[in-house]
Amino acid sequence: MSFTPDISVSVCGVNFKNPVIAASGIYGFGEDYTDLYPLSELGGISCKGTTLNPKDGNIPPRIAETPSGILNSVGLQNPGVDRFIEHYIPMLEKQDTVVIANIAGASVEDYEQTARKLDSTSVDMIELNISCPNVKQGGATWGVTCAGAQSVTKAVRAATKKPVIVKLTPNVTDITEIARAVEAEGADAVSLINTLLGMRIDIRTRRPVLHNNVGGLSGPAVFPVAVRMVWQVSNAVKIPVIGMGGIASAEDAIEMMMAGASAVQIGTAIFGDPYVPVKVCEGMKKFCFENNIEKISDIVGTVKPW
Amino acid sequence: MSYYCGSYPIVEKKAIAADIYSYVIHCPEIAAEAKIGQFVQIKAEGYTLRRPVSICGTDKKNGTIRLVFEVRGKGTDTISRLNAGELMDIIAPLGNGFTVPAAKQGRIIVVGGGIGTPPLLDIAKLYGENCTAILGFRSFDRVILDKDYAAAGARVIVCTDDGSAGEKGNVSVPLANELAKGDVAAVYACGPIPMLKVIVEQTKKAGVFCEVSLEQRMGCGVGACVVCACTVIRDGKQQVLRVCKDGPVFNAEEVVL
Ligand SMILES: Cc1cc2nc3c(=O)[nH]c(=O)nc-3n(C[C@H](O)[C@H](O)[C@H](O)COP(=O)(O)OP(=O)(O)OC[C@H]3O[C@@H](n4cnc5c(N)ncnc54)[C@H](O)[C@@H]3O)c2cc1C
Ligand SMILES: Cc1cc2nc3c(=O)[nH]c(=O)nc-3n(C[C@H](O)[C@H](O)[C@H](O)COP(=O)(O)O)c2cc1C
Ligand code: FES
Repeated sequence: MSFTPDISVSVCGVNFKNPVIAASGIYGFGEDYTDLYPLSELGGISCKGTTLNPKDGNIPPRIAETPSGILNSVGLQNPGVDRFIEHYIPMLEKQDTVVIANIAGASVEDYEQTARKLDSTSVDMIELNISCPNVKQGGATWGVTCAGAQSVTKAVRAATKKPVIVKLTPNVTDITEIARAVEAEGADAVSLINTLLGMRIDIRTRRPVLHNNVGGLSGPAVFPVAVRMVWQVSNAVKIPVIGMGGIASAEDAIEMMMAGASAVQIGTAIFGDPYVPVKVCEGMKKFCFENNIEKISDIVGTVKPW
Repeated sequence: MSYYCGSYPIVEKKAIAADIYSYVIHCPEIAAEAKIGQFVQIKAEGYTLRRPVSICGTDKKNGTIRLVFEVRGKGTDTISRLNAGELMDIIAPLGNGFTVPAAKQGRIIVVGGGIGTPPLLDIAKLYGENCTAILGFRSFDRVILDKDYAAAGARVIVCTDDGSAGEKGNVSVPLANELAKGDVAAVYACGPIPMLKVIVEQTKKAGVFCEVSLEQRMGCGVGACVVCACTVIRDGKQQVLRVCKDGPVFNAEEVVL
């Protein structure tokens, strides 16, 4: 029997030609990678985290290598939502890929206004990064309490009709609580995981490698944590889950989908090999073919727990 | 201007000083596009991040580029175990490169500190005897590429911190002497930040055009992740730019070191 496996997926009614989305912050707005392959090879792109006003980000060094991963502390450097709308969306809407705006803010009003501005654009979905500091609450991240996560979800829900994805932080005791809380406020999907807080010190200078002292861990090192959290969250909520954290191969992506992810995002692995998204799609097709799976979406959440 | 990502054959490998290696890579499409001052991102097997290394020379006829790097840590150590005949996985050419006028305008000076000497070599090749190369190193056993600069026709001034080769002291003394002659059209520099700071001051004071090539820790290397930040003052406004895409070469008048 010969057949062509279907690796397209649908998340919140949005069709992705394949389940591979470039994760926010690694791929910028996509234009820097088009020398290698067109953005249409991707199922989607989650754009660099965008804020109401432009941000300069943190003092470098902003990156440190770790065993099987990296720490980063970019500090949300971005050109601001107006420039995103004016300059990047017109380019992105021509790329034949799903465009996800990723937004962040220091106050509920920031999120709300940023989402309102994006509501009248062609972006397909809005992803809320709730791993950034809530300035009025002394800088604690929104996503570490149900109340914080709910307040931004509620405000953005009211500001846009576009599908809203809430991106969860793993730096919590029970991620399923937060997932349920944002589902109750009308989130259409959740994505996880954002980076895990970490630190490296140069033992010669006794200085942290990152100028920000601490930063977010990502890459293969976090993959098992991400699989566990995606599995827990997909069992706790009814809305779709987008899985990410350390995916570097088709096998990883398939594992993440079996844990419960309807689609996946890939970030850090692209630094080592920019072709990873394309290779993952090829590998998924091969896996489906060899295992007689007609549609990749048939594997979502099919892990058989002991 | 575009870049490529792939595995290319190593046609030559040489150890040119303790822990410093010179590689020649056959990559015709990269060599065809490469400009002086651009760099490559090299994959170190087993590591998450690639290692940025400057292009030390381009042979457009033979379709090769040359890379010279020092083993600093585990990633460069891994790369340095590659041998001729094997493949090197690189993304290149990256970054902006130096502004080198095609028509020779008087005398120019290149100032390289340590492992900052490689990216300037092709400028010396272009300018020949109209180039003075001031090369600074820690000690005699760290001296590299002085013969290559001489072979390019440049006048070479070597300085070492301990005086074990060439003049004792840092590059600022010979640079001051050269600038005092009043016939210098441009200065191009690459090396540690304290050295670049002094050079920027000296050239500003002398009113001479100067470009410096910077290093910063990188993620993507292609302009997407904004990990490699560098501050410049342009049009009276402070801006945060990317060393990998807006640089690594910056104008001395603009850059905040
Ligand atoms: C544009 C550019 C051009 C360069 N050209 C050359 C060259 O021609 N020859 C040469 O010997 N060196 C060059 N360097 C420096 C070289 O990139 C570092 O020495 C190298 O990355 C160190 O890697 P490692 O694995 O040995 O060290 P580790 O300490 O194990 O590296 C850990 C991490 O820090 C990064 N890192 C460490 N030092 C530096 C640095 N100075 N600059 C940027 N990243 C750093 C590494 O890339 C890696 O991600 C250049 C750097 C830049 C940014
Ligand atoms: C350099 C860098 C920048 C990032 N910027 C953002 C961002 O702006 N917004 C966001 O939601 N996540 C950001 N992330 C988190 C990633 O999107 C992703 O959740 C995380 O890195 C885990 O996936 P990975 O291991 O595949 O990279 C960033 C990650 C890195 C490494
Ligand atoms: S390293 Fe990614 S933008 Fe420079």
